[in-house]
Amino acid sequence: MSDLTKLKVAGARDALRAGDVTSVELTEACLAAIEGAGALNAFVHKTPEIALEQARAADARIKEGEAPSMCGIPMGIKDLFCTKGVASQAASRILEGFRPEYESTVTTQLFDAGAVMLGKLNMDEFAMGSSNETSCYGNAVNPWRRGNDDTALTPGGSSGGSAAAVAADLCLAATGTDTGGSIRQPAAFTGITGIKPTYGRCSRWGIVAFASSLDQAGPMTKDVRDAAILLQAMCGHDAKDSTSADLPVPDFEAMLTGDIKGKTIGIPREYRMEGMPEEIEALWTRGREMLADAGAKIVDISLPHTKYALPAYYVIAPAEASSNLARYDGVRYGHRARLASGEGINDMYEKTRAEGFGHEVQRRVMVGTYVLSAGFYDAYYNRARKVRTLIKKDFEEAFAAGVDAILTPATPSAAFGLGEMQEADPVQMYLNDVFTVTVNLAGLPGVSVPAGLDKQGLPLGLQLIGRPWEEGDLLNTAYALERAAGFVEKPAKWW
Amino acid sequence: MSIDTDTAARVAKLARIRVEDDQLPALAQEFSNILDFIEQLNEVDVEGVEPMVSVTPMRLKRRQDGVTDGGMQDKILSNAPDAREGFFAVPKVVE
Repeated sequence: MSDLTKLKVAGARDALRAGDVTSVELTEACLAAIEGAGALNAFVHKTPEIALEQARAADARIKEGEAPSMCGIPMGIKDLFCTKGVASQAASRILEGFRPEYESTVTTQLFDAGAVMLGKLNMDEFAMGSSNETSCYGNAVNPWRRGNDDTALTPGGSSGGSAAAVAADLCLAATGTDTGGSIRQPAAFTGITGIKPTYGRCSRWGIVAFASSLDQAGPMTKDVRDAAILLQAMCGHDAKDSTSADLPVPDFEAMLTGDIKGKTIGIPREYRMEGMPEEIEALWTRGREMLADAGAKIVDISLPHTKYALPAYYVIAPAEASSNLARYDGVRYGHRARLASGEGINDMYEKTRAEGFGHEVQRRVMVGTYVLSAGFYDAYYNRARKVRTLIKKDFEEAFAAGVDAILTPATPSAAFGLGEMQEADPVQMYLNDVFTVTVNLAGLPGVSVPAGLDKQGLPLGLQLIGRPWEEGDLLNTAYALERAAGFVEKPAKWW
Repeated sequence: MSIDTDTAARVAKLARIRVEDDQLPALAQEFSNILDFIEQLNEVDVEGVEPMVSVTPMRLKRRQDGVTDGGMQDKILSNAPDAREGFFAVPKVVE
């Protein structure tokens, strides 16, 4: 079987249980695919020894019977997750050489379920970016191209390595994290599925913190069923994260019936942005029709504060980042700058952080420092938090009026070329998250589903936003959309 | 809102990030652009609105104020750039 890496999680699970394939075979096929995909720069720390050891253990467990769904499934882990004894540096120079002495809760749960780690995946530095161009490892590259044009495209960000690896069949699935769209935007750019669950569903313990009130982990997979399987394994209460929800985790996969008759889908008028490409508009209209054909009731809704989500985000996220990233001081882990004789501790902090943080991270830490500084705290930070309350209220009112899920485009464009945004104002790059960031501010679950190709042959995604804690229902609506859209295209292999 | 180079220098200092003098004008310009974008928030009527402190309305769990972990000095120090005699080592702090 040469196409083992093309398997989905559900298919691999069934084949493993039937004895048609072993986890070692699957893992070796993925490791070979990774070796041949250096041009994508998706895997930045490979862990073949760990993978094969985990695969052998998984095979033994499957033979005994009653193995969980994830048992023996080879996957990639975003570099933001701390993995014991394995480099975990959030794609930053400042964490060079850092090898955690502990395992994040999410990866612990995945490994306890028998999942196999192939290695760590590229990303934007500290998850700050929408194109994977701020990584200390260099750009991850999208396996998709514009027709026969060989321009290297971004896989999106921050979970760009995860998206590229799943889309290129280097692994069966990957973990991502999403603070403003970092799972959903790269998923849309690479034609895969990604869900950010409700804030509090996945433990944040052991995940390098960016903006703690917004960060959530989630799966990036080849389809909705796989997202349900992974999410189930990743979720659950964790006493080590005080914001982790003590709620039962339902069987998400069992909730995928595809039946959405009688569900109400809201179409928010404020997401019709000025200058939005016609193809995105057309895709959105098709999505609306597909859900209507599946029996859902479509209603126009208003989320009046949408316009203020990005500016609020660019106060709150940098403010939290400036606080979270204060820990990188050259004392306890990672990089420390060389000091000249006579230089003291403040020189050490300032030089270490100047050398260790990339440009975008420095900029955000300083913006965060500014909006939290004396005299500006009320004008910026508190005002942004009040606007956040209003954004959340918009959603609450829509749900109270009977809306079950909200359909929007996932991104304002298809994947753009690496370097194309280099000269642009940082604010232009921030606009990538215009449709996704509201969901983080309101703490809601959101899923990106590939729904079509643009004229250049690049994938486009639609986003569904659900009620808090109702990921099962949301995934079922996504499943209905996926079936109607029938997106099966894969990038042609050039790497 | 326009940020001058003195303000940019002060923010860099507060953030403990060294920025060379010749970089300050560009940094100040970037700050100004981002703050201009953020200024849109002033259009919103936030009179009487509470700032959001928690995404989900739940009471933080309480736990026993007890020791649950510890006794791993070697692990704590294993990633330190400079550790000596069981401590993190840093340059002279007090003159």
